[in-house]
Amino acid sequence: MPVDRLATGCQPLGFWDGMGLWEQWGINFFPRLGDTMCRAMGGATPGGIPDWLIFAILGLAGAFAVVNVAMLGVPYVILLERKLLGRFQHRVGPNRVGFFGLLQPMADGIKLMTKEDITPRVADKLVFSLAPLVFVVPVLLMFAPLPWAPHAVLADLDVGILYIVAVTSAAEIGVFMGGWSSNNKFSLFGAMRVVALVVSYEIPLVLAIVGVVMLTGSLNLAAIVEGQRFVPNLLWQPLGFIVFMIAVSAELNRAPFDLLEADSELVSGFHTEYSGMKWGVIQIGEYAAIIGFSGIIATLFLSGWKGPAPMPGYLWFVLKMGMIISGFIWVRATIPRLRVDQIMNLGWKFLLPLALINIFVTAGEILAYPDGLPVWLIPVNFAFAAIVVAVAARLLGIQGQPRQVVPAPPVFETMASS
Amino acid sequence: MIELEYVLFLSAVLFSLGLFGVLARRNAVMILLAIELMLNAVNINLVAFTVYLSPDLLVGIIFAIFIITVAAAELALALAIVLRLYRTRSSVNVDEVNLMRW
Amino acid sequence: MHVGTGASIAFWIMAVVAVVSASGVILLKDIFRAALLLVVSFLSIAGIFVTLNADFIAAVQVLIYAGAISILLIFAILLTRDVQEGNPSNRLKIPGMFMGAVLLTALIVVFVNTEWRLSTEAPLDSTTAALADLLFSNKFVLAFEIASVLLLAAMIGAVVLARGEDE
Repeated sequence: MPVDRLATGCQPLGFWDGMGLWEQWGINFFPRLGDTMCRAMGGATPGGIPDWLIFAILGLAGAFAVVNVAMLGVPYVILLERKLLGRFQHRVGPNRVGFFGLLQPMADGIKLMTKEDITPRVADKLVFSLAPLVFVVPVLLMFAPLPWAPHAVLADLDVGILYIVAVTSAAEIGVFMGGWSSNNKFSLFGAMRVVALVVSYEIPLVLAIVGVVMLTGSLNLAAIVEGQRFVPNLLWQPLGFIVFMIAVSAELNRAPFDLLEADSELVSGFHTEYSGMKWGVIQIGEYAAIIGFSGIIATLFLSGWKGPAPMPGYLWFVLKMGMIISGFIWVRATIPRLRVDQIMNLGWKFLLPLALINIFVTAGEILAYPDGLPVWLIPVNFAFAAIVVAVAARLLGIQGQPRQVVPAPPVFETMASS
Repeated sequence: MIELEYVLFLSAVLFSLGLFGVLARRNAVMILLAIELMLNAVNINLVAFTVYLSPDLLVGIIFAIFIITVAAAELALALAIVLRLYRTRSSVNVDEVNLMRW
Repeated sequence: MHVGTGASIAFWIMAVVAVVSASGVILLKDIFRAALLLVVSFLSIAGIFVTLNADFIAAVQVLIYAGAISILLIFAILLTRDVQEGNPSNRLKIPGMFMGAVLLTALIVVFVNTEWRLSTEAPLDSTTAALADLLFSNKFVLAFEIASVLLLAAMIGAVVLARGEDE
């Protein structure tokens, strides 16, 4: 987004139905605060202060707010995960600190911060210290274009969803840095596995988004929410939703794709050597990514801030995010970890064809009904998705029969893919 | 204010750095890194020409997109060749690959 | 083209970061760090695209270069395990420096002496939709298809080359 376009004080800016930047903030984050500030500063051109400085200050304030929402969400997602996992395993979960264990994340945070921070003597110290930051910053950048409510968006990017895919792909560099600089073979193996996994699953991830983008005709996340007029995209895109969910849980290194810390094989993957708050930062990055990707799923497939009952937009949004996060935890508690070659097979032979089929079918539907898809297509879509998934799973099952194991060539041994 | 010349100067500096890297490095992967740097410098130039000279036509940006495509294809092939080289000679030093040299 | 103060401050920061990290890529001994600096350089070039109002190409730059190409390069560095040997330069170091300097001077002389016919039109606010219209219009659709065939051919070629015929 060009910087100048935003830096015009409290004049209506033309985008967002004549809503100015000030009003956007005022209405949704701090009730009427924007209006008051704007009037106090003397209207459209606040005297003496250059536009870009106002933009920078407002942008930093907004970024601070959004990052803190994400950061405060992380401990409670961790708590939710521990509680739910406990229930799934017929335990109670943490319940000692505070009511129902509500203060448990705080206790964990204090524990992490007071732990000794060990850097291995043979590590590449600079890269080792930078790796957690490089891992967590792309995840926080992901929150910028997420629309929390109508007009409540930090950066209303026209390339919104493309930006998110691009930014999240940069987090793998942090994984590589951590794995390499630890100077430990388990860390390096973990990093290489994870990067091979994430690179493979990024392709179906992007292709699954294409269906939604074709339905809406825009990459802008707010426009995608607006485009889901009566029903969420999930009903038009069941196949895309399945592919996207699986690809996202691989992207997040969640079970059943948690090669990142396949404890039985790799100690704990690329962050084996990390301890103390550096490990804590990596953990924050992982859980913030879960929150961010749930927000993206809610935006793309579950119509974001909209809902059937009159409730504030951000409440709907957070509710949908919570549902998706609980779904991820449910999957983690249910499905055992896949083997590396099984994961690669699933990505290339199952998800990729499914995503391509989804694009073709969506294109055909849009071509046949350019003025909006008819309602009877919804059950047809679901039936079609079920048939395609069943057939593809059957084919994958035949492919996955045990066969003679060929020893891997030496160069690929480190990638551990068959 | 950003003048066109400033952008062109930046891309010229990056391109020269890339050229030096291609000429002076021995490691094949480092040469690839330098080539990517040169391609990026070219992309900056094309985008700057679009924005400053013909913003309505957008042709430079389309060229940049095609350059990125070709760069990705070139890199995949080049890395495959480098891996092959490493497997047959267990080195990626381009000075040692001199069978075709006079 | 009118550019505000904020954008030009951002431009200069990005430009300095790009040049410094690019020099690091060329000069550093440790090739893993050189590859990491290449990523920094890619990202700052994406930032320069943003200051030039080219938002789509900036996102593509981050996605393809920082997300895919640099990952491939780091993979290649790790798989070819020449890291311990460092990053020696060959006999062409001095001539290379000379060639670089000559090229830089020539380029500067050329673009300073050229009469640029700057357009007075404001650049498009969002290039994405216009780019899509143009890319799939009659002008470029053939090139687009050829590019996809090229990618397919490169992919098959890379698989064949990397596997080899001996397996």
